[in-house]
Amino acid sequence: MNYFPDEVLEHVFDFITSHKDRNSVSLVCKSWHKIERYSRQRVFIGNCYSISPERLIARFPGLKSLTLKGKPHFADFNLVPHDWGGFVYPWIKALAKSRIGLEELRLKRMVVSDESLELLSKSFVNFKSLVLVSCEGFTTDGLAAIAANCRFLRELDLQENEVDDHRGHWLSCFPESCTSLISLNFACLRGEVNLGALERLVSRSPNLKSLRLNRAVPLDTLQKLLMRAPQLVDLGIGSYVHDPFSEVYNKLKIAIQRCKSIRSLSGFLEVAPHCMSAIYPICGNLTFLNLSYAPGLHGNKLMKLIQHCRKLQRLWILDCIGDKGLGVVALTCKELQELRVFPSDPFGAGNAAVTEEGLVLVSAGCPKLNSLLYFCQQMTNAALITVAKNCPNFIRFRLCILDPIKPDPVTNQPLDEGFGAIVQSCKGLKRLSLSGLLTDQVFLYIGMYAEQLEMLSIAFAADSDKGMLYVLNGCKKLRKLEIRDCPFGDAALLEDVGKYETMRSLWMSSCEVTLGGCKSVAEKMPSLNVEIIDECEQMEFNLDDKQKVDKMYLYRTLVGHRKDAPEYVSIL
Amino acid sequence: MVLKEEPKSPESDVTSMSFEETKLTLGLPGEGRSSAGAVKCSAKRGFVETVVDLKVGSSGNCMPGGRDDTTTVIDSGAGKPPPAKEQVVGWPPVRSSRKKAINERFRYVKVAMDGAPFLRKVNLQCYSSYNQLLKDFDNLFDCSNKEESKLMDVVKRMEYVPTYEDKDNDWMLVGDVPWK
Repeated sequence: MNYFPDEVLEHVFDFITSHKDRNSVSLVCKSWHKIERYSRQRVFIGNCYSISPERLIARFPGLKSLTLKGKPHFADFNLVPHDWGGFVYPWIKALAKSRIGLEELRLKRMVVSDESLELLSKSFVNFKSLVLVSCEGFTTDGLAAIAANCRFLRELDLQENEVDDHRGHWLSCFPESCTSLISLNFACLRGEVNLGALERLVSRSPNLKSLRLNRAVPLDTLQKLLMRAPQLVDLGIGSYVHDPFSEVYNKLKIAIQRCKSIRSLSGFLEVAPHCMSAIYPICGNLTFLNLSYAPGLHGNKLMKLIQHCRKLQRLWILDCIGDKGLGVVALTCKELQELRVFPSDPFGAGNAAVTEEGLVLVSAGCPKLNSLLYFCQQMTNAALITVAKNCPNFIRFRLCILDPIKPDPVTNQPLDEGFGAIVQSCKGLKRLSLSGLLTDQVFLYIGMYAEQLEMLSIAFAADSDKGMLYVLNGCKKLRKLEIRDCPFGDAALLEDVGKYETMRSLWMSSCEVTLGGCKSVAEKMPSLNVEIIDECEQMEFNLDDKQKVDKMYLYRTLVGHRKDAPEYVSIL
Repeated sequence: MVLKEEPKSPESDVTSMSFEETKLTLGLPGEGRSSAGAVKCSAKRGFVETVVDLKVGSSGNCMPGGRDDTTTVIDSGAGKPPPAKEQVVGWPPVRSSRKKAINERFRYVKVAMDGAPFLRKVNLQCYSSYNQLLKDFDNLFDCSNKEESKLMDVVKRMEYVPTYEDKDNDWMLVGDVPWK
């Protein structure tokens, strides 16, 4: 029932921006559903296979911004074959055919071909923003098409994509008339870029606020760019290697000092540690510092840099910072909310340098800490209990002990109690990743206490089906569950199949579930796609229901089986 | 600090567990749940079982050696893990783009100076020229012969001659081969 004309309601809905809230609004009544769908401009689709582009277009004719995610999260760690799926082309094709005035496209873990990029660049006159995160399948030729054809492009943001770099002159493809750039991030590209074209592009982009360069951009070019763009707010440095006594370095110092608006600093893809003092003048204003690609920066030079960063809210760093360095962070960065410590030695040759001590120091010194990703040598229950007490505000807590079944080295106990303390204390916890030696007990705690938990990642943990059952029964808000190498079998999988319809997806690999169990889920729940990924093609020869399934990925969907699955994926 | 890995315990017999151990308690985690200390590794697939042997590429230049009156550079095999170590697919959970990027950045070599009590390690990626590298040797080894900070002529001014042993085991003077 409406006491107001539609236009008034529409105006009110304009103030409702979160996806969750708009979804809720659309469920109130038919009239609100209609008004909401015509006024909706931004849509987020967490699993591209849960809906079809045609239905999206039919429901939201006013769509301007689309976010799509493709492959499951474990694809980041090579657990999903490259051609499994997540192709964006059908989406772009469908949108291009329709009358949708697409302006923004944000993709994560999708396969993006040059063909799609070209079609995208030619189909939407007002296209403004392209953000690609962890995508693959395209080359710099596709980027050239975007540069050449999107006349009002404001944002081109490439984060951690696998791009085939043809070393072409894609940067030169931005026409002289393109002056609208606000954000340009090509740090993940590995090839040379036309430095002259880059300088000219930056010169004619007065609104440029965010610029992240790749490794091929040397220091002298950086200096020139900064002179032309002192208004930058976010800077990603490519190469930072030069003789500290050179003329260029002096010029750089001057250029950096003019950049009083920089709040976010990243890159240092190549770094000479003795040149860091040029950066000190802007450190005091930084709220985000990402040194996770700079292993050359460690020890005293790194600590000195951090000591200048008193306003830091987010810090991404390598573990060569060491516990001592984290102590410096704890003393200096009182505003810290997010900390990510990445392994500098991902193959575990024993050089990783942070332990539970560093984490405890940060938790004590940084009470605002709410988001953590921590790769470490070891962890103790005592440390986790202390951290839980110091920082009850965790929203994201992701701990990765490099040896995934390592117990508490002091007591030799599993880490159940430690993680239990975390979930009990952090009542707002939404995301949790576990590691270390863990029994069913930790899952009991999670089921009991983690009421807001939306995403849980489990590896090499638990003793029995009970573990998985505790979680499925207890975590009412669970949306994504990903499990590898745990002894969970059909009993756990089949206990409450209706639960999976309330979740986005479930991934189970190297567990104890059988083909028969998976078939059973598929049979009972037609609203789910149950995919078996069988790269070794074992299933072809042995269709025995008792056969254990290597990789299973199930997700809710409104559009049934997808048609683009490769040979080795069976959808039950 | 020496860390001992817990030995794999045998499958625990369910019937031998006391009622206490299986009772669900509402106590705070961390408040001493009675622990018999027995860690059950029974049903789960152990980490060891899932290990997949992966070959990690060895680094480029191999320059071993050391000699009197010289500063020598020894390659330590950048990025090479200990030989016995095996690896699991997808662990640790780091994006491959990140793994690749970090591996490329490390080009550690050992540097030994005759008379110095211990060796140092430097990351060749951090330097853009021989000059910088040699300057850093000054810092690392506290050479007594530092008259000027700028190294004009390496051979004439320094008492210590920088040399390296290349993969053919020949002694080479630093500076002949272009830096890159």
